[in-house]
Amino acid sequence: MIVKGKSSWASGVGLVLGLLSAITMAIGMYLGLVYAPEDAIQGNAQRIFYIHVPMAWVAFLAFGVVFLAAIMYLWKRALIWDQIARSSAEIGLVFTTLVLVTGSFWGRPIWGTWWTWDARLTTTLLLWFIFLGYFMIRAYAGDRGRAATYSAVIGIIGFFDVPIIYLSVDWWRTLHPQAVISVTSANMPGQMVVALMVCLLAFTLFYLYLMIQKLGIERMKDQLIDYQYALSEREAEGVTTA
Amino acid sequence: MRDGLDKISIIVWKDLLTEIRTKELFGGMFIFAVLTIITFNFAFDMTGTAKAASGAGAMWVAFNFAGFLGLGRSISLERDKGSFDGLLLCPVDRGTIFLGKFIGNLLFITLVELISVPIFAALFDLDVFQPLLLLALFLGTLGFAAVGTLLAVMAASTRSREVLLPVLMFPILLPVVIASVRATTLILTRQTNDLSAWLNLLGAYDVLFLAISYAVFDRVVEE
Repeated sequence: MIVKGKSSWASGVGLVLGLLSAITMAIGMYLGLVYAPEDAIQGNAQRIFYIHVPMAWVAFLAFGVVFLAAIMYLWKRALIWDQIARSSAEIGLVFTTLVLVTGSFWGRPIWGTWWTWDARLTTTLLLWFIFLGYFMIRAYAGDRGRAATYSAVIGIIGFFDVPIIYLSVDWWRTLHPQAVISVTSANMPGQMVVALMVCLLAFTLFYLYLMIQKLGIERMKDQLIDYQYALSEREAEGVTTA
Repeated sequence: MRDGLDKISIIVWKDLLTEIRTKELFGGMFIFAVLTIITFNFAFDMTGTAKAASGAGAMWVAFNFAGFLGLGRSISLERDKGSFDGLLLCPVDRGTIFLGKFIGNLLFITLVELISVPIFAALFDLDVFQPLLLLALFLGTLGFAAVGTLLAVMAASTRSREVLLPVLMFPILLPVVIASVRATTLILTRQTNDLSAWLNLLGAYDVLFLAISYAVFDRVVEE
C-alpha cells in the first residue's frame, strides 16, 4: 500500500516534468531552428549545437550524479543510492553516445573529418568507455550487492580520472607539435544565446523526467528480485514440511 | 606504524615465496613482454629518427600487457586456492592487505621491466641507461599497480575476469600511458625541457589513485 502511494506521487511529478520538458523542448527547437540566425561561417550545420551542447551537459551531469550516489552507497550501504547511480549511469551512457554521434555529424562538414584526437573528444570517448565498464562489471558481478559496490568504485574512480584524462590529452597535443584543428570563435548573437539557454533547460528537465522514470523501473526490478527470493524460500519450506 | 609495516612485508614475502616455489607468474610475464616488443618491431618503423617515440610506445604497451597478465594471475591464484579468504580472516586492517598486494604486484612488474629494458635496448639500439628512465618506469608502474590491484580484486570475483580487467583498466589508465610514453620518449632523446611536467602528472596520478584505491578496498572485499 505504501509502495503504491509513493509510486503515484512519483508518477505525478514525472508527468509534470515530462510535460514541462516536452514544451520547453518544442520551444527550444523552434528557437534553434527558426528564431536563431544562420551562422555566417558554418551555415545551418551550426544548429546541431543546440542539441549537442545540452546533451553533453546532461552526460556530465549524469556522471556527477553517479559519482555522488556512488559515494553515498559505499558510505550508507542503502540500496536506493545504487538505484539512483545506475539509473543516472544508463542515461549518461545514452547521452554520451548521442554527444559523440552528433559531434561527428557536425565535424564532418566543418572540420572535414569525423574525428580528431582533441582533448574534449578523447575525454568524451573515454568517458563512454568508463560508463561501458560500469555496466559490464555490473553484468558480470553476479550478485546484487557486489554489482552495486563494484560499479560504485568505477563511478568514483572515473569521476576523478576524467579531468586528468582531459589534462593529459591536452598536454599531449600542445607539447607535441601537430596541426590543431580549431574553429574561429565568433561572437554569439543574442538570439543564439537565448536558444541555447532554453535548450539547456529543456534537456535538464528531460534528464530529471528520465531519472524519475528510470528510478521507478529500477526500484520495481529490485522489488521483483526480493519477491522471487521470498517465493523460492517459501516454496522450499513447503517442500520440507510436505 | 612499525607494526603495520611488518604486516605489509609479511604479505609481500608470502607472495614472493609463492612465486619462488611455483614460478607461475614471472616467467610468463617476462616472455610475454619481450615477445610483444619483438612483434612491434614488425608493426612500427624502429630504425628511423622516430625510433625513440615508437620505441617508448612499444615498450609501455608491452609492459602494460604483461602487467595485465600478472595482475589477473596474481589475484586469481589467491582466489582459486582460497588463500584470499584466509588473508581477509587475518587480524589485520584491510588497507594493510591492499598495500601488501599492491607492493607485491609493483615488485613483480618492476622486476619484469628491469630485465626487459636492457634486452629492449640491445635489440633496438636505444640509449636506455639513464637514471631518469628508472624514475619514469617507477612512477608509471606505481600508478598501474595501484589501480590494477584494486580492479584485479574486483574482476577476479566476476564471471569474465580475463576480459573485464583490461576493459576496465585501459580507459582509466590512459593518463598514465600518455605521460609514461611521453616522458620515456623525452628521456630517450635527451630532451629534458618538458620532462618535469609529465613526471609531475604521473606523480599526482599515483598519489590520487593510490589514496582512492586504499580507501575503497575495504568496501570491495567486504562480503
